Amino acid sequence: MSQYYLFQDIKNCIGCHSCEIVCKSNKALPVGPKPCQVIHVAPKMVNGLPRASYVFMPCFHCENPWCVAACPTGAMRKRPQDGIVYVEQSLCVGCKTCVTACPWGAPQWNPETGKVVKCDYCKDRVDAGLKPACATICTTHCLHFGKVEAMTQIRRERHAKVIASLENQI
Amino acid sequence: MEKTVYSLCFMCSVRCPIQVTVKDGQVTFIEGNPKVAGIESSLCPRGSAGIALLYDAQRLQSPLIRTGERGSGQFRKASWDEALDTIADKLKAVITKHGGQSVALTERTNLATHVSKTFMKAIGSPNHFTHDALCKGSVNTACRSLFGLTDAQIGIDYKNARHIVMYGRNLLEAIAVKEVNGLMDALAAGAKLTYIDPRVSITATKAHRYWMIRPGTDLALNYALIHVILKERLHDAEFVERWVLGLSELQAFVQPYTPEWAEKETGIPAAEIVALAREMSKDKPAVVFHFGYRGAHHANEIYLRRSIMILNSLMGSIETKGGFFFKKGPGEVGKKPARKLTEQKFPEIKAARIDKVGTKDLPLPDPDHGVPQMLPQAILNEDPYPIKALFVYRFEPLGSIPDSTLTKKALDKLDLIVTIDVNASDTAWYSDVVLPESVYLERTDCIQQANGQKPQMFLRRQAVPPRYDTRDWAVIAKQIGERMGIGQYFPYKDTEELVRWQLEGTGFTLEDFDKSGFVAYTDKQILWDRKEGLKLKTPSKKIELRSSLLEAAGFSSFPAYAPMPVLANGDFRLITGRNALHTHVSTQNNPYLNELLSENVLWINTKRAAALGIKNGDLVTVASPQGSGTIKAFVTDFIHPEAVFMLHGFGHENKLAARSYNKGVSDALLQANITDKVGGSPALHDTIVTVKPV
Repeated sequence: MSQYYLFQDIKNCIGCHSCEIVCKSNKALPVGPKPCQVIHVAPKMVNGLPRASYVFMPCFHCENPWCVAACPTGAMRKRPQDGIVYVEQSLCVGCKTCVTACPWGAPQWNPETGKVVKCDYCKDRVDAGLKPACATICTTHCLHFGKVEAMTQIRRERHAKVIASLENQI
Repeated sequence: MEKTVYSLCFMCSVRCPIQVTVKDGQVTFIEGNPKVAGIESSLCPRGSAGIALLYDAQRLQSPLIRTGERGSGQFRKASWDEALDTIADKLKAVITKHGGQSVALTERTNLATHVSKTFMKAIGSPNHFTHDALCKGSVNTACRSLFGLTDAQIGIDYKNARHIVMYGRNLLEAIAVKEVNGLMDALAAGAKLTYIDPRVSITATKAHRYWMIRPGTDLALNYALIHVILKERLHDAEFVERWVLGLSELQAFVQPYTPEWAEKETGIPAAEIVALAREMSKDKPAVVFHFGYRGAHHANEIYLRRSIMILNSLMGSIETKGGFFFKKGPGEVGKKPARKLTEQKFPEIKAARIDKVGTKDLPLPDPDHGVPQMLPQAILNEDPYPIKALFVYRFEPLGSIPDSTLTKKALDKLDLIVTIDVNASDTAWYSDVVLPESVYLERTDCIQQANGQKPQMFLRRQAVPPRYDTRDWAVIAKQIGERMGIGQYFPYKDTEELVRWQLEGTGFTLEDFDKSGFVAYTDKQILWDRKEGLKLKTPSKKIELRSSLLEAAGFSSFPAYAPMPVLANGDFRLITGRNALHTHVSTQNNPYLNELLSENVLWINTKRAAALGIKNGDLVTVASPQGSGTIKAFVTDFIHPEAVFMLHGFGHENKLAARSYNKGVSDALLQANITDKVGGSPALHDTIVTVKPV
């Protein structure tokens, strides 16, 4: 697992797809590949109210990535310093083995280059001290990028606020 | 070489502040302006697709002159000089024969609207139209009838609100970034959201209370809410006593409108209506009954919008934290706004507006904007004079004005149609001359006077030079003006010089915008004193529930509620709306936005669809007396059985915009051209349609 984590605070996501578009724009991609995607899980009545979910799907940057193991040319690789999984474009031959191997559909096909493109957490931006494009512009700031331990802290702090009963302390 | 430019987005009309990164002459990244509170780098999907617009080879790239029949789509490329000369020659002929008033100009309100108005005043025509009335004319008039101020002069403090009620105000899909984040902050802080809409939108999926109201009956709901509030004395008595005029008349008026009565009309249980009234009262004054963005649904629209603002007035949620506030301009701190070209002296115009705004036929809609949906009939009727030339700037009459068949018929009668746009619009396809404008990243624009709790000014700045043979409107208007002998009204050589002229006397210079893209007149938030300091502009200086504006024009302040007619078997009420991925009729051809949403579908209730033998994904024919189209059905439980819904802005006819050409159905093709004659909005939801399997 890379030392980074892209946390989607799903409660604040409005399913607007801005992350998807800025990702493509930043990588100058044609129609087709979506290195990240928001999938709308359609509404359902829950306790009398319509509820829906807007699920953000980037690459998970696995510890033992199926795609890296499967890649015959060494194009799919993991950065030793931080675990970001990316495609070295000059080595990709378009064989699609990584597409077959990935259980989550993260590697995407670029019809213009005949090669694979995928979420690399915008490593150039990360190296320049910036956040990935998606987490930078997210309309509601529901995407948080950082070290894994900092991301879990957001949920713990929020949950603590919900369960804390300041008025009725035992 | 890398540089950062602070500017304003123009993928919709909201004008969110942006930060543009330019590397070696190319725009490489756009994010929301990180230095603006409430934006902090956020950018909506349309804003994120800005670079795709910049590099889109399907946008207008050079002036075009029509060579074939009108509507044949046959054009040839022309030089700017030839295109502008052609326009000037034809315009002179029209004005010589029919007078200056025979020229009309329509546009979406934008930062250079003062340039357009100057152009019209100088050639002697009163017929300047903005898109505003199509969207919210009746909201404007409703606010003037109550406060003497327009809706544009009133803001909402979302962040501090405790309970927000929205009537189809799909705030999380019709995105304005700052508003969205204000609402999300309020929700995170524990505010409640009540959402009322015949259709489950994304906003509904975040609400604490959702009512699938019977379409078109929001006014009945509000009269019942007012009934409960006054009966149980749930209002803010101190505020109402000080500021509100006409409470006793209101009380008598709502007497028959009980929650039980409203239940029959709206389908919302009476007990729930009572519960909402009580909850809102408990949280007052930090409550918001949202007055809407688009307010153009029914022929009595103004009375719905008035009822909403009456509810806010009763709650005292006016000029208070977590409620509505009046926007403050630089005058509040003794300073001056940016100058406008319209401050010049022009020859007097004697002709009345062709849409009859300001006459006894249409006395109340705002003459600053006009009523554009009256234009097709006005052109056809020539009453009392003909319109022979039409300028269309960043506007789409064919996609925005209801009944596009009627609009086309009107266009056929014109001697000259000129479209100035970034997009290959449907109206461009019908034009004689098409002038391409530079996209917002390629041009500086006029000053944005941003009034609010803190008066500020923002500026759109050129990030890169124009990629194609395009110009900006302030320059185009000047260049046509010079050919028409009215060049003296455009005292600048380019837009930057115009901005410098605008800033004279404000105490700021163009360079002051370099650091963060905006300047503030003060660093303090200004709230007027709720006890004595509301600067209302009604004749009585009070909130006029009983409106002198309405009554002087012969309209009632409290007309009896007219029940929504029960639809005939097999009929549906057509309702329209927005999605986060598209703006009006203008973004459907954007490569990235089109990839995610290329056509609209027809939402139809599961039971009604089953009765008609329609399955999800089937092609269906949707037909109204005005027109019909073939569209995919989206069969769902999440829409009221009496309604069908489609997104606005699809079904384009310009083949130059190849991605959006012939995709989905245009709502304007189906809609009847009906106007709220009091408020000015079109009644976009008063069209009845049938649906049949193909």
